[in-house]
Amino acid sequence: MSARIVIVGAGLHGCSAAVHLSAQGHRVTVIDKEYAGRHASGVNAGGVRRLGRDPAEIPLAMAAWERWQRMAEVVGDDCDFRPVGQIKVAENGADLETLAERERQVRALGFDHEYLITRDELRQRVPALSPHCPGGLACDGDGYANPYRTVTAWRRQAQRQGVSFVEGVAVTGLEAHGSGWRVQAGRQRFSADILINCAGAWAGTLCEWLDEPVPLAAEAPMLMITERLKPFLGPVIGATSRPLSFKQFENGTVLIGGGVRGEVDSRRQVAETCLGGLADNADTVLSLFPFMHEARIVRTWAGIEAVMPDQIPVLSPSSTFENVIHAFGFSAHGFQLSPISGEIVADLAMGRQPAYPIQPFSITRFQGYRSAD
Amino acid sequence: MTTHDLVILGSGPAGMAAAATAVAYGITALVVDEQPAPGGQIYRSIESTPLKERRILGDDYWHGKALVDGLDDPRIDYRPGTTLWQLTRRLEVGLLQGGHASMVQARHVILAHGAMERPFPIPGWTLPGVMTAGSGQILLKSAGLAPSAPVVLAGCGPLLLLLAVQYLRAGIPIAALLDTTPAGQYWDALPLLPGALRNSRTLLKGLGLLAELRRAGVRHVRHVTALEAEGEDRLERVRWQCGNDPEWHCLTTPLLLLHQGVVPNTQVTRALDCAHDWDERQLAWQPRRDPWLATDVEGVAVAGDAGGIVGAKASAMQGQLAGLGAAIALGRVSEDKIHGEVKRLRRDLARETAIRPFLDVLYRPAVHWRLPEDETLVCRCEEVTAGEVRRMAEQGCRGPNQTKSFTRCGMGPCQGRMCGLTVSELLADANGQSVAETGYYRLRPPFKPITLGQLATAAEDTSG
Repeated sequence: MSARIVIVGAGLHGCSAAVHLSAQGHRVTVIDKEYAGRHASGVNAGGVRRLGRDPAEIPLAMAAWERWQRMAEVVGDDCDFRPVGQIKVAENGADLETLAERERQVRALGFDHEYLITRDELRQRVPALSPHCPGGLACDGDGYANPYRTVTAWRRQAQRQGVSFVEGVAVTGLEAHGSGWRVQAGRQRFSADILINCAGAWAGTLCEWLDEPVPLAAEAPMLMITERLKPFLGPVIGATSRPLSFKQFENGTVLIGGGVRGEVDSRRQVAETCLGGLADNADTVLSLFPFMHEARIVRTWAGIEAVMPDQIPVLSPSSTFENVIHAFGFSAHGFQLSPISGEIVADLAMGRQPAYPIQPFSITRFQGYRSAD
Repeated sequence: MTTHDLVILGSGPAGMAAAATAVAYGITALVVDEQPAPGGQIYRSIESTPLKERRILGDDYWHGKALVDGLDDPRIDYRPGTTLWQLTRRLEVGLLQGGHASMVQARHVILAHGAMERPFPIPGWTLPGVMTAGSGQILLKSAGLAPSAPVVLAGCGPLLLLLAVQYLRAGIPIAALLDTTPAGQYWDALPLLPGALRNSRTLLKGLGLLAELRRAGVRHVRHVTALEAEGEDRLERVRWQCGNDPEWHCLTTPLLLLHQGVVPNTQVTRALDCAHDWDERQLAWQPRRDPWLATDVEGVAVAGDAGGIVGAKASAMQGQLAGLGAAIALGRVSEDKIHGEVKRLRRDLARETAIRPFLDVLYRPAVHWRLPEDETLVCRCEEVTAGEVRRMAEQGCRGPNQTKSFTRCGMGPCQGRMCGLTVSELLADANGQSVAETGYYRLRPPFKPITLGQLATAAEDTSG
């Protein structure tokens, strides 16, 4: 039986949910206050990463990784996925111990995708790295993809399956109606049997309306990119005890990020870069890759992302109303999970038990939270 | 971080006049300019040009001398060779001088960084040996340099004519001036001529340039409708068609100078996220300003061509107006007290700019010069063609920020200066939208590239 579904938010997770729900014959409308991929989904670092994930996310990340191998089948576009591998490097002995502990933890959970590499192996894989690094934790098959291309591929696949997109219109109100919902968006009103909250940094407002407030913070992870440099790097590099994500694209440009935060101007709904964090990021890069001292930064930017206090998403049915599903708060590492989040949302929406353990992502973990105002 | 009452970006006519006006009210001004010497593009190298013979660069050029002399004031901290790489909405100013990056705090900012040349994407425009006319003029003014072999100038607009005459007077041979002004435009501009006569001095000067080229026997080819630069590794030939004539003409030349007008350089006002409007007559974006030339960002004004093309003299007048605005904003004078002076200034400004509608219509680049064929490169840095931009529109890209995310178009070191207008117009055309709806790139610091090492040291200014 075909249901009417309204998805709020045309980011990666909203578009992925739209693809999976429309594939099952449901009538889906996606509403976005700007356009698909305007914020975090379109401007993130594009890391396709299982390495270093919260244990609760590992089963999902493994399943998503399997989808990434065949993205052309899933969304009709390879999304520029490059499985060049990812390595988290240790800068000192303490870091190395942290990584060894991590390897033990992952193995205890029954996974073997993350493994320690020695100083020599590290040198071999990343010759440009400063020799003081005593080792690293590697994950083969991880890599990166093009974020905007990915969100666009999801959106276009959804459109091919008949999903309608309403862009440039903000949802301004919700009203329970029978067993479903009336969704007000500017002057338009949409009727839905099922409502899906994929509103990213703006998801908290919907939760307030649904009487289940969540401690969501809108943050602005910053990125910067260099001019084209001679190829010197294969895998994506992260640091162990400092924020860093560092990759060189095929065109030679180097993308630097990994969690340093800019500022969110909530009135203008834009993210601003701020110098202090970028300079810290530059320091980290210079200690790992000293030859980058003269590399020129041509651009910096930031995107607005929803971050939860425990750094894992909300991916669950509403605790207060029937026929509402939440998928938000991916806390600056949701890019890789997009192929699987939509499958899970589709299962939840249809009352099926998802094939993956999602209890840790329940919105009920924030029960008792009261928003400040 | 040191605090400055007034930071002025640019030491062209607008910036120099703004500084001179503001210091008269007891304000100290920090004037920064990327160039090694004051004058802006128009009065470039006025203190050092080897072309001392007044006749070559013309009387208007030497007019700048008085403005430049005004910079020599103890209350003006003039810093040449200084690049603005960041300006925040809180008026934190990031500067780069002699390889050292620093931050200062401003209480008021006047952006007077002028115009840039409109992109002129033709087949082969990326070949070495093809330059903008502006670059050709820089070579002439600063070094007196130019090739000995005959050069070809192509395009339209007053600057192209002026450069042709300046080259002529400097004894540099001109193989041809290929004029791309569409045939009908002389008639379109005619009704605007009476208004333009309010500034008949500029009008006569333009006619004088044309006459001088004719007297010198420069080959002036009109109604050029197609233009290509060709060569293996560098420019060897220029080919063109005229009117509806299918025949291609060809000239061998080592240097082709292209120009189809100037547009405001909106990189900084875009990065500040100031409101901008699309000016259909000038076919360019302009920051939205109040009568004091203030933008919608508190404490930031824009004077001169950076706010809309007005020319050097009007730019200096706008500089004065913005300087007075700064004096009011900083509490150094009341608006009532300078009422008469401001009224006179606005009247002079109206007279000086009366010629703009006529020039804008006469030298409006035809649509096919702004929307190139599919094979022509649009984004030089990331090598994106017009056809790729059109295909992205088919795939659902509504605006240039989406195409940027898709192909990095506009994300290279030039930050979209060379492709921004073209991409906006291509997308507007392909999507059947107005350019205003299509929008422009969101700009982000650094405005000019800085190294990771410099970035790391700049932060030391802000800590503590």
